[in-house]
Amino acid sequence: MAGVDMNMPILIVDDYKTMLRIIRNLLKQLGFNNVDEATDGSSALQKLRDKPFHLVISDWNMEPMSGLQLLKEVRADVKLKETPFIMITAESKSENVIAAKEAGVSNYIVKPFNAATLKGKLSTVLGNF
Amino acid sequence: MLAPTARSDLTGYDLERQLAILRKRQIQVDARDILEVVESVMGSLHGDGSTLNSKLHSDIEALANYISTIKAEIAEIRADKINEEYVPTASDELSAIVESTEQATNSIFEAVETIEALTLDMAPDVAERVATSVTGIYEACGFQDITGQRISKVVKALQSIEEKVQDLLEAFGEDAAAERREAKAKPAVDHTASDDKALMNGPQLPANANSQAEIDALLASFD
Repeated sequence: MAGVDMNMPILIVDDYKTMLRIIRNLLKQLGFNNVDEATDGSSALQKLRDKPFHLVISDWNMEPMSGLQLLKEVRADVKLKETPFIMITAESKSENVIAAKEAGVSNYIVKPFNAATLKGKLSTVLGNF
Repeated sequence: MLAPTARSDLTGYDLERQLAILRKRQIQVDARDILEVVESVMGSLHGDGSTLNSKLHSDIEALANYISTIKAEIAEIRADKINEEYVPTASDELSAIVESTEQATNSIFEAVETIEALTLDMAPDVAERVATSVTGIYEACGFQDITGQRISKVVKALQSIEEKVQDLLEAFGEDAAAERREAKAKPAVDHTASDDKALMNGPQLPANANSQAEIDALLASFD
């Protein structure tokens, strides 16, 4: 548990409520309980500007603002640009991964994913816990 | 371009109008059929004036008959029904599938979350085994998200078919079809819509998808 604040505020973003619930439950199993949700990029950006979050876990394919656009907005915002950002998406094409990386994504998880993959990526981004 | 002749004003006008609609809609017409008619018309230009007029009239009449046949065939297969009934029904059924799988998944969640809460009262070794199974169920519930996205792609494909059928109906003089199209509420332009639509294709088929390991390798190549 050293080095990682298990009570850190985390924002998860997905337009499928089922997926929000899956990620929330898996995070809870890993010990992260301070989780908030948004269902598209626009509302997520508003939440990020309203209060600090230490991690964003976002889907890509959302309207009106996609996960990639949200990532670009976060990286362009002086106050938010250092926030770790993990993309969890069914978009598995190389061009998607490259576009996300170039936009500054911290890590990338392709759906369907398992708890071990989520834990591994969280450790990579946040440090071991 | 085929010009209307004195004898065939109406037929020539109709032909030009329909060809213009076809060009505008970029509808695919069998090139061999067009070629056959054009070659026939070109071939008629070798005769004297009266022969030319007669042949030209005959060929344009053949073309008009050809278009009439297509219109009759379209009417026979009730292409309008495809748009008015079949496609909307299929879209509704698919949407219902998404809705019912979402409801079923939520029911599974309710049950599993209750089981997970009970692990606090279980012996540690049992609790651990139950928790592992619960995790597996959470992971498996991701099917609803993936199938939902796949079905959305199918619905979009159906909408595309609907548009093409509409184009066909309009191109062959179905004014009523055009009126129906205009009557349909056009979606408002959303200026906040994503500009990365080309990258939003939803889940790839397994054979075409990159695995997590391949994505990790791609990410690592940036370091």
